Amino acid sequence: MPKQTPWERVKNFEEVALGFSVETAVEEASRCLQCKKPLCNQGCPVGIDIPGFIKCIVEGDFGAGVKKIKETNALPAICGRVCPQEEQCEKMCVVGKKGESLSIGRLERFVADWEAAQGKIEVPDMAPKTGKKVAVVGAGPAGVTVANDLIILGHDVTIFEALHECGGVLMYGIPEFRLPKRIVNREVEYVKSLGVKIFTDFVVGKTRTVDQLLKEFDTIFVGSGAGLPWFMEIPGENLNGVFSANEYLTRVNLMKGFRFPEYDTPVKRPRRVAVVGGGNVAMDSARTALRLGADEVHLVYRRSRTELPARIEEVENAEEEGVIFDLLTLPIRLIGDERGWIKEMECLRMELGEPDASGRRKPIPVEGSNFIVAFDAAVIAIGNSPNPLIPMTTPGLEISKKGGIVTSAETGQTSRPNIWAGGDIVRGAATVISAMGDGRVAAASIHRYLMNKE
Amino acid sequence: MIVPNLHEFTVEAPAVAESVKPGNFVIVRPDEHGERIPLSVADWDPAAGTVTSIFMQVGGSTAKLARLKPGDTIPTYVGPLGRETVIGSFGTVLCLGGCYGIGSIFPIARALKEAGNKVTSILEARSSYLLYWEDKFRQVSDKVFIITRDGTRGKKGHVSQIPEMMQQAGVVPSLTIVNGCTFQMMRMSQITKPLGWKTIVNMNPIMIDGTGMCGVCRLSVGGKMKFACVDGPDFDGHEIDWEEFLARRKSYNPEEIDPLRHSSCQSHF
Repeated sequence: MPKQTPWERVKNFEEVALGFSVETAVEEASRCLQCKKPLCNQGCPVGIDIPGFIKCIVEGDFGAGVKKIKETNALPAICGRVCPQEEQCEKMCVVGKKGESLSIGRLERFVADWEAAQGKIEVPDMAPKTGKKVAVVGAGPAGVTVANDLIILGHDVTIFEALHECGGVLMYGIPEFRLPKRIVNREVEYVKSLGVKIFTDFVVGKTRTVDQLLKEFDTIFVGSGAGLPWFMEIPGENLNGVFSANEYLTRVNLMKGFRFPEYDTPVKRPRRVAVVGGGNVAMDSARTALRLGADEVHLVYRRSRTELPARIEEVENAEEEGVIFDLLTLPIRLIGDERGWIKEMECLRMELGEPDASGRRKPIPVEGSNFIVAFDAAVIAIGNSPNPLIPMTTPGLEISKKGGIVTSAETGQTSRPNIWAGGDIVRGAATVISAMGDGRVAAASIHRYLMNKE
Repeated sequence: MIVPNLHEFTVEAPAVAESVKPGNFVIVRPDEHGERIPLSVADWDPAAGTVTSIFMQVGGSTAKLARLKPGDTIPTYVGPLGRETVIGSFGTVLCLGGCYGIGSIFPIARALKEAGNKVTSILEARSSYLLYWEDKFRQVSDKVFIITRDGTRGKKGHVSQIPEMMQQAGVVPSLTIVNGCTFQMMRMSQITKPLGWKTIVNMNPIMIDGTGMCGVCRLSVGGKMKFACVDGPDFDGHEIDWEEFLARRKSYNPEEIDPLRHSSCQSHF
């Protein structure tokens, strides 16, 4: 797929990947074998009929293609961009056994963008109204999926969103250059057009508790997402110039800090930035720092390149743009100046030992390998816990040791019968598509519950 | 404007007014390009559906709030956030307010009085013209003291006078609660620590979401990392790393002052 060149794109926040042309899309779609027993579907957490929508592209009926996807996925323009397809549908693709897998994600993005370009969004067939009322907490990928599925099934759905914009992590976390915010807005508008009511600036657990809402609604789905960022618990993490990735990315993405002073929220523009971590959020932070004008951005990760949890596509993008990978490196101390600002980071070299519980080779410090590097900012991107507000204020809800809401994997139901949950509030930090998969499972279960309640 | 540079800000927000408690805060965004800033709540009226805060005009965002006219609307007013101040039966409670904290400690004093405590309120300001709500405090306090830096009203001096004043008045507090600027809360904590007066302070760090997501409001309390938006904003003043907190509060000073420069004559032509 064509991309902006690395030297151009590090100077702007525009989308990196430019998307397929009609010709390329049809040509790519023609490589699909239309397997009798397709495996790709099984790799999709929301179960899209993949050969079905690809056949529509081959036949040039892009509208039918997008309709096919929307039978099971309300957010194709988003999933086409941020799903780790190489771990899911494309991993299972039979064409990929011998050569390059079919670019399923890029084709999904293509039909979704094609539909948006036509300016006419088709609304699916809606079931008659059931009169049942469902509250959804959080307008992120999990909540929006639940809302989409349940409104189509005829239920009355209201989303309560804590922030001033909808989209959750799609809005505050994933940068503009990977997922333009107009696309998130477009998908949210689509769900609204189906009749979903959305209240922003409403913090469930604070403005109203879950139990107060249950007096008005038959059931609740909790998709309240990520909570407090994790830190390394090493000296110096409260120095000025040390940010959690959540803070750094929220300033830039949700609050549009990269357009300061046109927007009021400031963001620092340091020269030498260390980003600690190896996931997609770390890649997003490192690439954001480059776009904010840093001279040098180092990605500091304690294992080797093979173990990086980020998508390979994002690792390659970061490398092309000039992010320096300090692999097998563990920060042990952040050192400040006399005014309380970070000036250096002390690190240890690591080597890989036997595989640990996660199946990845365990990093072991090399004794006496300490070294100090100068940095004027550090972004800590090592994950986060689930948001604490609803666990804190909802009695009787079973909570895991890590602070997440405990649910049944088959249904998404919590320990309280009329409350469901999914996404990061259950899993901690996971992917957009796994949150959407949770939403899909929960919506089906909520529907069964509501219809059998009579 | 209630007194010079301090503004009384009342917003119609029925959902917030119904659930707000003393010690909570709200997050406000003055316009579509605005920052999210936290404001402590100072009073509310559930029947009218309104919530009141007192804020000081410091940077660009508070300047925007200060320019609002009656009847204007703002895009974001969300809350109540943070844990409420613990209102128990403590005996004698000292409530110290300074600056915008005179506003936010008022509902705390009121709730403590309603819970049967003996409430001693102390209002502190640089000069008499910066004092407000004295009459409201008289209604909810057993004793009210005033301290001004220039001596134009009440006792001349600073919070360092308080132990002596309390001794003379025969007040032995079982709990001290301070709402005010960082410096005042720090000074009072330093003064009360050797006296063994348990001191609760209402912290005011930089925040963005205010709902336990971004982590910018972190501070060290008893050597542990805490987040003011969900673990606080009330903490034990004797446990706080004040030096670190003051440095973190100032981290965006250059950027907060810059926007004010954009309102110079030049920008109007």
